[in-house]
Amino acid sequence: MKRYKRKDYIGLLYISPWIIGFLLFKLYPFIMSFIYSFTEYSITGTPAFSGLSNYIYAFTKDRLFWTSFFNTLLYVVMTVPMKLAFALIVAMILNMKIKGVNIFRTIYYLPSIFGGSVAVSVLWRFLFMKDGIVNKFLSIFNIGSVDWLGSPDIALFTVSLLAVWQFGSSMVIFLAGLKQIPNELYEAALVDGASRARRFFSITLPMLSPVLFFNLVMQTINAFQEFTGPFVITAGGPMNSTYLYSMLIYDNAFKYFRMGYSSALSWVQFLLIMVVTIIIFKTSSSWTYYEDGGQSI
Amino acid sequence: MNDLKKINVSIIFTYIFLIAFALLMVYPLLWVVSASFKPNEDIFKSLNLIPSRVVTDSYINGWKGTGQYTFGRFFLNTFIMVVPTVIFTVVSSTVVAYGFARFNFPFKKVLFALMISTLMLPDSVILIPRYILFNRFGWLDSYKPFIIPALLATAPFFVFMMVQFLRGLPKELEESAVIDGCNSFQILLRITIPLCIPAIISMAIFQFIWTWNDFLNTLIYINSVSKYTVSLGLRMSIDATSVVNWNQIMAMTVISMLPCIVIFFSAQKYFVEGIATTGLKG
Repeated sequence: MKRYKRKDYIGLLYISPWIIGFLLFKLYPFIMSFIYSFTEYSITGTPAFSGLSNYIYAFTKDRLFWTSFFNTLLYVVMTVPMKLAFALIVAMILNMKIKGVNIFRTIYYLPSIFGGSVAVSVLWRFLFMKDGIVNKFLSIFNIGSVDWLGSPDIALFTVSLLAVWQFGSSMVIFLAGLKQIPNELYEAALVDGASRARRFFSITLPMLSPVLFFNLVMQTINAFQEFTGPFVITAGGPMNSTYLYSMLIYDNAFKYFRMGYSSALSWVQFLLIMVVTIIIFKTSSSWTYYEDGGQSI
Repeated sequence: MNDLKKINVSIIFTYIFLIAFALLMVYPLLWVVSASFKPNEDIFKSLNLIPSRVVTDSYINGWKGTGQYTFGRFFLNTFIMVVPTVIFTVVSSTVVAYGFARFNFPFKKVLFALMISTLMLPDSVILIPRYILFNRFGWLDSYKPFIIPALLATAPFFVFMMVQFLRGLPKELEESAVIDGCNSFQILLRITIPLCIPAIISMAIFQFIWTWNDFLNTLIYINSVSKYTVSLGLRMSIDATSVVNWNQIMAMTVISMLPCIVIFFSAQKYFVEGIATTGLKG
């Protein structure tokens, strides 16, 4: 048993703001949303216990539940790999000894600073209008005008392009990771006559895998919660094709004030994110490589 | 000789690709700036970024807004919300990180693991009870839902970032201060914080930009137009403006991006360092 000195307890004093914040603004809401999810609760009344009815309603009756559920899955599957692939490819090019790396890095990073702001969503809406500037650009190559935001088949893709455009922060993380790979590994591989592809798959990818893992987890969690883009660009349309899960939660909570039902929805989302994260974690042991054998994780 | 040629050609192609891609990346941003100076009928006419005739009344009229309140009001509101949030986040996160990084108190491992786990806790799962809680506190339609949680180090990302930074600092200076009879708070104030300035700047920049761009939370918590932030004001104007006044919307879009752009270009170094340290040393 470890003995603590008086001096050690001072540490608790320093972290006390976080303890209060954690209990009040993280743990308490977390538990309450679980409890509310079993109740019928409009914000004016008091919560009335209703068993599993919210969950049953979501899975069996609410058509928008499955629509938004699959839209969101599709959105995640489209944005995360595209974003990470762009980030990795561009980071690898920038990692070659070329001049002006800083300028390119700055330019590629620039769109990321606007995050999920209304401004970039407004911008997207104008760029991809039927007679907007993207179609004008395509017409140079004799490609007919595409209804980017009006067609239910491609509207979600158009919205997800906004997230892909903001690959900058993943790129910077990759770039920092690439810098850490010792050059000797590549030199040794060159001596052994390893091809470019071989060097990528046998050195770069394994050495970069912890960083890739981190990016994958964080981007996936974020993508599942996307809200501003589809809300501002398409308002969920056309024909609910860009209606994402977080919009379903928002509508139920703040349009219809069904606090119990939307809590249940948020728990379904939370569990879904957990399951996906756990899958990434579990499979990661087979594809991530840690120099210290994973001690630091 | 042949080899040298091959390398040169591939370098040239790399540069062409990088430049073309850079143009593609910034074109939307350049376009919105140029469109804000174009007459309405010209905006969608061509890809050309140079306006045939420069107009500035888009900015003047856009700034006036569509209702009772001008964008000046929305800007002021956003600053009233963002500045305290940033200051409180920086102070609280630094103090808490100092506690985690420099002391060995009971349950430290558990508490630290809890802090890290909230890093991955999706905000949406706590959104509704938090709204109900803030409603009970009477905080709705004010900036308190942003400012007060910031005081309590509720952004685990920044606490984590500071802990990582503190762990990388040499401890000798702090140890010699102990010998000189300084208490831990004096050490934090006089020695640790001055050494943390780069990390503190990164933190302030990120929190500024994230709070500035925040839409969902402002949408939920702020109801009266007199308290609208720039995000809410911009959204209101795209809904309200008749379809003809495109350049006014473009102008206000540009204006709303401006603070982030200014900060980005004046503090680029801290951006990259901030992302790299938090992203990597996990």
